[in-house]
Amino acid sequence: MTVTAAADTALLAAARRIADEIAAPNAEEVDREARFPAEAIAALREEAALSALVPDDLGGAGASLEAVAGACFELGRRCAATGMVFAMHQIQVACMVDHRGDGAPWFDDYLRELVAEQLLIASITSEVGTGGDMGKSIAAVSTPDADGAASFEKQAPTVSYGPHADAFLTTVRRGPDAEPGDQVAVLTRREQMEMESQGTWDPLGMRGTCSPGFVAKAEFATEQVLPVPFATISAETMTPVSHILWSHVWLGIATDAFDRARAFVKAAAKRKPGEPLPAATRLSELMSELSLLRAEVGLALREYCDLHAGDRARLAEMATILRFNNLKIAASEQAPKVCQEALGVCGIVGYKNDTPFSVGRHLRDAMSARLMVANERIHATDASLLLIAKEV
Amino acid sequence: MREQIRQVIREHGHLAVDIDGLADAADLYQAGMTSHASVNVMIALEDTFDVEFLDSMLKRSVFESVDSIAQALTEVGVPA
Repeated sequence: MTVTAAADTALLAAARRIADEIAAPNAEEVDREARFPAEAIAALREEAALSALVPDDLGGAGASLEAVAGACFELGRRCAATGMVFAMHQIQVACMVDHRGDGAPWFDDYLRELVAEQLLIASITSEVGTGGDMGKSIAAVSTPDADGAASFEKQAPTVSYGPHADAFLTTVRRGPDAEPGDQVAVLTRREQMEMESQGTWDPLGMRGTCSPGFVAKAEFATEQVLPVPFATISAETMTPVSHILWSHVWLGIATDAFDRARAFVKAAAKRKPGEPLPAATRLSELMSELSLLRAEVGLALREYCDLHAGDRARLAEMATILRFNNLKIAASEQAPKVCQEALGVCGIVGYKNDTPFSVGRHLRDAMSARLMVANERIHATDASLLLIAKEV
Repeated sequence: MREQIRQVIREHGHLAVDIDGLADAADLYQAGMTSHASVNVMIALEDTFDVEFLDSMLKRSVFESVDSIAQALTEVGVPA
C-alpha cells in the first residue's frame, strides 16, 4: 500500500469511529447549547487528523483530498458542526501546503509544528464594510519595521470557531497603499493576536461552529505572509477546496436526513404489513433527489483532484472557476431541499426535536449552506464570467 | 497594438491610477483593476481586435499587464 493509500484508510476509519462514538452522542447538546464540539475535535487531534493533508516529508500523513472529503461527509452525517469545523481547518491547511512556495522555511516549519501539536486553524476572510466580497480587503499589512515586523487590524463579522482556534489565516491588503483587491494571506498564531469578541452567537443552525464577530489585531513577521497573491490562492485552492469540503458536509447532513426518513418508513411498514404506505413513495422520490446531490458532489471532487494532480494551470481558468462555483450553488440548494422533503416523509415525528426521526437540526444546519459566501454573490460572479468563458 | 490595449484598459479597466503612468509590465490588478473589470477588458479586447481568447487564456495572470495581454493577442493571431 502506498503512503497515501494507507493514510487515507486510517483517516476514514478514524473519522467514522469518531463520528459514531463521539460526534453523534454529543450532536444534540452541541446544537442546543451552541457550544463547540470539543470532544470530537479532541478525538480528531488524537488521531492526528488535523495534519492529514500535510505532506509526509514534513511529517504529516500525506492523505488525499478524497479521504479528507470522505471524512467531512462522515462527520457531517453525525454532527454538522464537527464536520464543518474539520472542513474549514483542512481548507486553511490545503492553502498553506499548496502555496507556501519553495524556500519559505517559515511555513514548512509551521506545518511540522502543526503535525506535532495538532493546531486548529481558522480563517478571517470576511470583513465589515466589503459587502461580503472576499476578493477585497480594507485592513492592510502595515509597513514592516527594520526587523521585518508588521501588523494588521481587521473587523470580521464572523470568525468560525474563532474562540477555539490556535492560529488564523487572514486576508488583508498587501500594504497600506495597496488597492482593495491586492490581497495577501497571513498566518498568525493566537499568541501574536488580540481577539476582541463582537456580539453574540445564537444562530439558526450550525450552532456548534461558534462563529461570532471579532476585531482581530496581530503583530507578526513578514515571513508569515504566504508568498503568492491571495487571488491565486483563492482561485486554485481556497475557493474550490472550500466548495468541495463544505458540500461533503452538506451531503452528510442530507444523507442522515434521508436515513431517518427511511427508518421512519420502515418502522411504519412493520406496524402495518401489506397496507399501502404513501410515505414509501415519497421516500423513493427523496432518494432520487439525494442521488443528484451525491452525483454532483462526487463528480466535482474527482474533477478537482484530476486537475490538481495533472493540470494545475487549468485551476485558474474561468471555466474551472465556474465549475466549482456551480458545485457550491447546486449543493447548497439541494441539501436543504433533501432535508425539507425528509421532513415531509416523517411528518410530525420528524418535526419534533426528540424522536429518532427528528430532522429539524438537519434542516436548520443545511440552511446555512446558501449563506456561506452568499449564492447571490456567486451568481453575480458567474454571470460576469459567462460573458467571456467559452466551453463551460 | 499596445496603444489599442491601453485604450481598452482606459475605458474598461477602472484603474485607480492613470494608465499613462504605468509601464507595459506594470501589474494592472495592483493598479486597482477588479476581477469584474477584467472581464469587461477581455470582452472589449475580443471586440476591438476581432478575436476570441481560448479558455486556457481566460485567467487572471494573462490579463495582469499590457505586456501579457499583448502576448495573448499575438497567440490568437493578432499581428504584433
